Amino acid sequence: MIEKVLKGSPKFYVWLVFLGSLIGLGAFTYLFQMKYGLSITGMSRDVSWGFYIAQFTYLVGVAASAVMLVLPAYFHHYKKFKKMIIFGEFMAIGAVLMCMLFIVADMGQPQRMLNVMLHPTPNSVMFYDMMVLMGYLVLNAVIGWTTLECERHQVEPPKWIKPLIYLSIFWAFSIHTVTAFLYSGLPGRHYFLTAIMAARFLSSAFCAGPSILLLLLFVVRKMTGFNPGKEAVQTLTKIITYAMGINVFFFLLEVFTAFYSGVPGHAHPIAYLFSGHGGHVDWITGFMWVGAILAILSLALLIPPSLRDNEKLLPWSLAILVTATWIDKGLGLIIGGFTPNPFEKYTVYTPTVPELLISLGIFATGLFVVSILWKIALDVKKEAGTF
Amino acid sequence: MYNTKYVLPGLLIFLALFTSPFWAGKVFGTASYERPKLALPAGEKECIEPVEYMRTEHMQILDTWRDQALREGKRTYVASNGKVWNISLQNTCMKCHTNKAEFCDKCHTSNSVTPYCWDCHVEPKGNR
Amino acid sequence: MKRSRRQFLKVASLSVLGLSTHLATGGIVNAAQQGEQYLPNEHGLKAGRWAMVIDTRAFETPADFEACVTACHKVHNVPHIPNHQDIKWLWTDKYEHVFPEQSNNHMSEALEKRDFLVLCNHCENPPCVRVCPTKATYKRPDGIVAMDYHRCIGCRFCMAGCPYGARSFNFSDPRKHLDMAEVNPEFPTRMIGVVEKCNFCVERLAQGLMPACVEAAEGKIVFGDLNDPESEVRKVLAENFTIRRKPAVGTQPGVYYII
Repeated sequence: MIEKVLKGSPKFYVWLVFLGSLIGLGAFTYLFQMKYGLSITGMSRDVSWGFYIAQFTYLVGVAASAVMLVLPAYFHHYKKFKKMIIFGEFMAIGAVLMCMLFIVADMGQPQRMLNVMLHPTPNSVMFYDMMVLMGYLVLNAVIGWTTLECERHQVEPPKWIKPLIYLSIFWAFSIHTVTAFLYSGLPGRHYFLTAIMAARFLSSAFCAGPSILLLLLFVVRKMTGFNPGKEAVQTLTKIITYAMGINVFFFLLEVFTAFYSGVPGHAHPIAYLFSGHGGHVDWITGFMWVGAILAILSLALLIPPSLRDNEKLLPWSLAILVTATWIDKGLGLIIGGFTPNPFEKYTVYTPTVPELLISLGIFATGLFVVSILWKIALDVKKEAGTF
Repeated sequence: MYNTKYVLPGLLIFLALFTSPFWAGKVFGTASYERPKLALPAGEKECIEPVEYMRTEHMQILDTWRDQALREGKRTYVASNGKVWNISLQNTCMKCHTNKAEFCDKCHTSNSVTPYCWDCHVEPKGNR
Repeated sequence: MKRSRRQFLKVASLSVLGLSTHLATGGIVNAAQQGEQYLPNEHGLKAGRWAMVIDTRAFETPADFEACVTACHKVHNVPHIPNHQDIKWLWTDKYEHVFPEQSNNHMSEALEKRDFLVLCNHCENPPCVRVCPTKATYKRPDGIVAMDYHRCIGCRFCMAGCPYGARSFNFSDPRKHLDMAEVNPEFPTRMIGVVEKCNFCVERLAQGLMPACVEAAEGKIVFGDLNDPESEVRKVLAENFTIRRKPAVGTQPGVYYII
C-alpha cells in the first residue's frame, strides 16, 4: 500500500517538501545541540526539564487518545466510528514517534540511549515508559496496517487482530499512566506528587487527542472531500466535552487541596504559575491565565448542544481546547513542578529559539509521517469504495 | 534467470567492490599498513600483562577495570604474574604511558579509532 | 520454480543469520583467561553505612566554608560556571532554604545569619537511584550513592527525583570552564551531557583518606560509619541535637546537622 504515496496531487508534495524543510531546519539546529549540548536550551540546574519533555508529555496523551475511538468501535460495536478509526491509529503512530524524538532530543548523551535496554532497571518508571511506548508503536502499526490492508481487499480482518486490539485498548491507558508515574512518584516535587496526576493526564489526553484528530480530519475533508460522518463527529465531540469537563474539574480539585489546606509545598507552585512570586510575574503567568480562560471558554462552546453541533463553530472550539490543554499539560506542568526549587527559590525558565526550532522540526516529522500514512489510508478507502 | 547478461556481471562487479578493502591495496600498491612506532615508557619495562595480551585486550581490560573499580569498589588488580596494581587509568596506566600523543594516539589515529576516555580522564601534563 | 526460489531465499537468510550470530557470540567469549583478580584496596576505609555530621555552630567565618568548598571542588575538578546552568557538589545556603519544612519565623539572629553546607545526602532510600533507568546512579553496599558517568544517558530523571536539589547537569563541556593546566591530574573531569554530584570522596576513602571537605573542616565535620556503635559519628549524634533535611519524604539522608 506504500505505493499510494507515489501518486498524489502537486499540493500534497508541496506540503511534504514544506514539512521536509522544517525537518531540515530542526535537524540543522540539532547539530548545534550535539556540539554545544543542552546549554543552548533555556533549561537550568533548577528547571532541568523543559520544552522537550513538556511536548513529550502532551504527545503521549495524544497517542493514547486513539483508544477513544477504538474502545467504542471494537468493544461496544459502535459502527459509526469504524470509518475514522484508521486515522486515529495512524495519528497515534505519528504521536509516539514524536514522543521518542523529543526524548532523544532531551538526552544529554543520546548515543547511549541503548543503555536503557542493555541495563534493564525494573524499578525505574522510565524503563517501563520506553517499553510501553515501543509496544504501542508496534501495536498501532500492526493493527492499523492489517485492518487497512483487509479493507483494501474487502475481507474480514484476521482473527488474531481481535486480541491485539483489546491489548491496545489496555495499552493506551497504560502508556499514559506510566508517563504520569514519571511525575507522580517524585517525592521532592509537590506539584507532581499527587495521586490524581494519572487521572488528570488521561482526561486531558482524551479531550486533546480526539480534538486534534477532528481538526486534522476537517482539514482533510476540505482537501479531499473525505467525510468522517456527521454522527461520528458529534459522538466524538460529546466524548471530548465530557473529558474536558473532567479535566478542568480535576485541576480545580488540585487548586482546592492546595489552597484550602494551606500547605505551602502544595500551594507555592500553583501560586507561582498564576501570580508569579515576590510581587513579580514572569511570562508563564500570562500564559497560564490565557490557558485557564481558554479552557473555560472551550467548555462554554462545547457544553451547549446547539453550539457543539454547530459545524462552523466546532473547529474553533476544538482549537481553543487544544491550546488550553497544551498550555496546562505542556509548560504549565513542567514549570510548576520545578518551580520553586527544593530550596524554595525561583529560577525562571524560558525556552530558547534553538529549543523551539528543534521542537518544530520534530513536530514537522510527526506531521510528515501522519501525512504519508493518512494519504495511504485515504487512497485505499477510495480504491475499496469505503471513502 | 531473466536478464542473465546483466545480472551476472552486475553481481560480479558488486562482489568485487564489496571485497575491495581486502585486495585493492595490494593490487594497486596504494595502502600499506605499517604498525606505528610507539614511544615506550622510560621506567617500567613490563605492563600489567604481556605485550601481546595488552595489544589485543586493553579495551576489554579497561572496561573491566572501570566496572570493577567504580561499580564494585574493587580498586586493586592482581595481575596474572602476581604483581599488584592500583586500578586507575590516570594514576596507573598513564603514570608510565605519559606520552599520549606518541603512544595511545599513534595506533588509534592510524586505525581511525576515537575512544572518548579523554573527554573526562585527564591526560598527563606532558601532552597538553 | 517459484516455490523453490522462495525456499532458497528462506534457507539462505536463515543460514546467514545463524552464521552471523555464531560469529558475533564467538567474539564475545574471547575474554580474559589469565587468572587475574580484582580486590578492594587493603588500605581503603570500609564501613557499613557512611554518614556525615556537620557542626554548623563551629563554622564561623566565610573562610571556614571556603576551605571546604574549595577543597572539594579542586580535588574533583568541579568547574565554576557563572550562570543558571552551574555545577556544584558542595555549597552553602541559609536556614530557610536548607530546611524549608522546618521554618521558624522568629529564629535567633545568629541562626538567621548562619550558613549551612549543602551537598548530596547519600540517602538510605534514594529516589534518584529508584528512578535512574540505566543504574548509572546506584547505591553501594557501604551506603554511598555513586555515579557512573560512563553509563549516564543524561535524561535528568534523577535530578527531578532528588528532593534536595543536590545534582548538577553538564549543560556544556565542563572543560570550557576549567583551566586544564590547574586541574587535579589524579581525578577525571566529567563530560558534556551527564549528571554529577558529591560522591563522598569514594576515591579518597579507597586510599584510606577522609573526604576532602572533612579534612579541610579540621574537626567541624565528622565522618564515619553509622553502623559502628563505637564510631565518632555515633558519639556525636548521641551527644547533640541534630536534624536532617526534609525528613518527611522518607529518604533517610546520611548527612546530619548540629544546630
